[in-house]
Amino acid sequence: MEDIFQGYKGRSLEVLKKFNVRVWGKAVIETTRGEFQGTVLPRAENDDDTHIVLKIATGYNIGIDIFTIKSMKEVGYYKATYKIPEKEFPYTPNLPKVKLLGTGGTIASRLDYRTGAVIPAFSPGELYGAVPELANICNLTTEKLFAVFSENMGPEQYKALAIAIGKEIENGIDGIIIGHGTDTLSHTAAALTFMVQNPPIPIVLVGSQRSSDRPSSDAALNLMHATYTAGHSDIAEVMVCMFGPTSDEYGFLHRGTRVRKMHSSYRSTFRTIGDTPLATVSLKDGVRPIKDTYNHRRKDRKVKILPYFEEKVSIVYYYPNMKPDIIDSLVDNGYRGIIIAGTGLGHVNKPLYPAIERAKKKGVHMFMTVQTLWGYAHMYVYDTGRDLMAKGIIPAENMLPETAYIKLGWVLGQTDDPEEVKRLMLTPINDEITPREPYNGYLIYQGGVPEVEEFIRKFRK
Amino acid sequence: MAKKQTPVKHFDPHKNYLETMKAIGYVSRAEATRKDYERIGFKSGLEVHQQLKTKQKLFCRCPAGVYHNDTDYHAEIIRHMRPTLSEMGEYDGTALMEFKTRKEIVYRINNKTTCTYEIDDTPPFPINREALEIALEISLLCKLNIVGEVHITRKQYLDGSIPTGFQRTAILGVEGEIQLKNKKIGLIQLSIEEDACREISDVGHRRIYKTDRLGMPLIETVTHPHCLTPDELREAADYIRFLNRSTGKVRTGIGAARQDTNVSCEGGTRVEIKGVSHNKWLPELSHNEGFRQWALLHIRKILLERVSSPEKWAMRHVSIDPYAQGIEHVDALKFADMGYQIIAIALPAFKGILSHFTQPGKCFTNELADRLKVIACIERPNITSNEDLVMPLSENDTTRVASLLKASPDDAIVLIWGPADDIPTAIETIEERCRMAFEGVPRETRRPLPDGTTIFERVLPGADRMYPDTDSAPIPLDEAYIEKLRERLPVDIWHRFEQLAQMQIPEDAHAFLLRRNLVPIIEEITAMGFPSRYVGTLLGHKLKRIEGKYPKHKDFSYTRIVDLFRFIKENKLHHSLAKLMLPVVYQYPNMDFNSVLTSISFKRKTEEELLAPVDYLVEKFKEIKTAKKDRPENVVNWVMGQLHKQALGNIDPALLYSKINQRVR
Repeated sequence: MEDIFQGYKGRSLEVLKKFNVRVWGKAVIETTRGEFQGTVLPRAENDDDTHIVLKIATGYNIGIDIFTIKSMKEVGYYKATYKIPEKEFPYTPNLPKVKLLGTGGTIASRLDYRTGAVIPAFSPGELYGAVPELANICNLTTEKLFAVFSENMGPEQYKALAIAIGKEIENGIDGIIIGHGTDTLSHTAAALTFMVQNPPIPIVLVGSQRSSDRPSSDAALNLMHATYTAGHSDIAEVMVCMFGPTSDEYGFLHRGTRVRKMHSSYRSTFRTIGDTPLATVSLKDGVRPIKDTYNHRRKDRKVKILPYFEEKVSIVYYYPNMKPDIIDSLVDNGYRGIIIAGTGLGHVNKPLYPAIERAKKKGVHMFMTVQTLWGYAHMYVYDTGRDLMAKGIIPAENMLPETAYIKLGWVLGQTDDPEEVKRLMLTPINDEITPREPYNGYLIYQGGVPEVEEFIRKFRK
Repeated sequence: MAKKQTPVKHFDPHKNYLETMKAIGYVSRAEATRKDYERIGFKSGLEVHQQLKTKQKLFCRCPAGVYHNDTDYHAEIIRHMRPTLSEMGEYDGTALMEFKTRKEIVYRINNKTTCTYEIDDTPPFPINREALEIALEISLLCKLNIVGEVHITRKQYLDGSIPTGFQRTAILGVEGEIQLKNKKIGLIQLSIEEDACREISDVGHRRIYKTDRLGMPLIETVTHPHCLTPDELREAADYIRFLNRSTGKVRTGIGAARQDTNVSCEGGTRVEIKGVSHNKWLPELSHNEGFRQWALLHIRKILLERVSSPEKWAMRHVSIDPYAQGIEHVDALKFADMGYQIIAIALPAFKGILSHFTQPGKCFTNELADRLKVIACIERPNITSNEDLVMPLSENDTTRVASLLKASPDDAIVLIWGPADDIPTAIETIEERCRMAFEGVPRETRRPLPDGTTIFERVLPGADRMYPDTDSAPIPLDEAYIEKLRERLPVDIWHRFEQLAQMQIPEDAHAFLLRRNLVPIIEEITAMGFPSRYVGTLLGHKLKRIEGKYPKHKDFSYTRIVDLFRFIKENKLHHSLAKLMLPVVYQYPNMDFNSVLTSISFKRKTEEELLAPVDYLVEKFKEIKTAKKDRPENVVNWVMGQLHKQALGNIDPALLYSKINQRVR
């Protein structure tokens, strides 16, 4: 049965029932603060039960305090059903075929202007309605694999995506884009790098930092950059395509293993850590490689799909005064792999030693990464590092903690042999460990320095 | 064989302009009476924007009211605005137009005034409570029905004036009223919102803004269209301004208060004139807009008489090389030299329309030119025709172009030019606007000019551009809180008018006193026993002149005038001295009052001392007299003039006068 009091509960629900007014009903409400008229809107579930939401004639929403209500009358009813207009995505001969795989992230969406609910635009027709420029870039088809928020993406989804990608490649697609929420975009990018090896085509993950229901959204431009990269670029790797600067100018293509979300809200939040991005992409200049070595696009369809993942893996972010019970409880709960994000060059405090020894004895695989994100775990420099290695912790060089977590899960999904685990972890598949760190791999300039300020003023960051 | 073309008969656009002006019954603002406004069914309302005096902005912690100049910035950011779909799956008219213009929006950011919120790289922080409270006080003063819960809404703007593409705004109250002299004006609503960017420039496809003002708290008071003459509109605008200022918690100065006015005439459309910064401009602007609409309806009538099925009306156009065609028009040749594309257009049945009066000094051609500038981004001059008031096509040019277009004598002949990329939009724009002429008055917002006319700004947005702000939670307003605010409200403005009348303060001082919120100051001073009429006139006339003459010291506040009168009272001086002290106090508010007395060379004198030189002065007057026979009051007046200044502060000037009078007669 249809819920005619959508979202209302407790006391406000009683008031609506008492006066016989439904959601979407046009109501005249007499209150101790005067008369109000408008359409009763659904109420957000987490909001209180003492107000009723009205959309008034001028388009604004207001709330009415139920304790002020003297009487209420429904004088009309109009329920709007909101739909994104579909226009057939035009087929253009000679343009590449690109497949969009949907995970549930709302790369393109519209707001229902009455309720504020986000309605995803997903089918090619809907996307064409929202971003018509896509038709000049590629012939687009779409497939919705699942509908989960970014934070709920996990091993099951990684594996399903990898298998779907394999199938698309087999079927001769020219490029793949994956629409994804941004919070765990880099985790998925790392997972796909390990699970889809030697791809002959670009596999591009893309999201947006501002939902596409707002005029200043980065979604449309990201989508155009991603489809262009997937359809036209020569880089056959798993990449993340997001804004370069916060301005609407160009996007970066980041390697899936070295990219990280570095700001909670900026458009230019994704950065390659410890290296330079692969390339820039813009509609004006196309894809311009920054790195000179990358895997090139191929005609063959020889891709290796390795959809494995062991879920009993964790990251421990070390802090001063951490107690051994943190490690103990992981071990007691059956965890088989632990990535430690240590301080400095890769350290934890002495009180943890017994717990680490105990874990090692139980066969738990432990790797050391660094909280500093930039730089390598160098465990020979201090005694602490040497102690830890002696107790069985293996330094994971300059692998990012999250990448190491994903990789260890993927490795343990295939083997439990310590030597094999170590070999797989330390043999890079696509730059999750780089042999060297270029001087421009670490650039975090500080504001206030005159030459930095001059740079920012001249070149939009 | 080509058909022989008849040469186009010479057409006098100026004559046509004057004739059409007469035909619609245009009268100037000075001549217009209430009857004229009744004749055209003039209706207008207001949207009054007023900045609130808060320390910080509305949704972030940046300082409010700190401004910088155009070149003082630390970084630039570029954005493009994309239209979003409305509920019906349609693009909003404004949105589509803004997208058509393909503008690159550049924001100049100064780190002192702008953070990541304003440029839309961080979600909003909780609303500024100080601002909300001021806005609620004003809502209560406006007798509005206060909402139970404040819902932040997004109102879309695609001109780039807000980097998010929408303004965060919320309704605080609906359906209130203000009491003017002879009628009540209903208020639709009052909202609190964030202010927009300030525009630096808008040339071609690049618009530059600075973000200092962006995000400052603002209220918008919207009236019903109850003002039936431009004078009522002005009165309502003043009233709302006085009301806002009576709280003492709003900003003053350039740009702190801005009005939009909605105007329509009978059969016309609501057209919004945006950003009128002085209330005194409202009457002229609304007057001209009323008659512009009246003129457009006349144009509609003419066109419908000529064209039986408007839906089939279409224009013809062709790209021309003015040199190859032997065109003489200076602008056409100049822009062709610049590499612009030149398009010749025939507008069937538009003869006499392009030079049809619309506003003083303007005709229908301006409607086209303004849209070419805004929508197609082609800077003016961008159009000419055989009916141009400034530089029309010559007869020779007209004949050549008409023949090229196979135009009939009833057609108007137009040339437009612009960069090749903008030409398709330009052609569409001309055709679209001409089609609208068959329907009457297009819904649009217009920008005011100092001469009282307006130019096209953009298509008026629809109601479908409001969205709930999913980044903010609703804010409940409980009874106890509202009651607390109600207790400390200032006095109603209509009551203030009554008070001023009772105090016998001259009417020409009222506006200044209310604008500066000085009635509470007058009340404080008269409570000490000073005459209200003197104090009111001193503040309403003398202070106004001082403010116009001297720059204001940053430490000066009106409470200093209260201190001044307290000093006069405590030192048993006569209040007439305040007139001499005020200019000094205004300029040097930190000077102690005794020093002020020294600076105006004040000396204490008794009545006897003052009157001592009277006999001597009478003799002196006889020496320098010019008239043969003196009337006694001439002598008295002259002697009074000599003694007046030293008397101020020591004795009531009126008393001195009567004493001199006694002595002389």
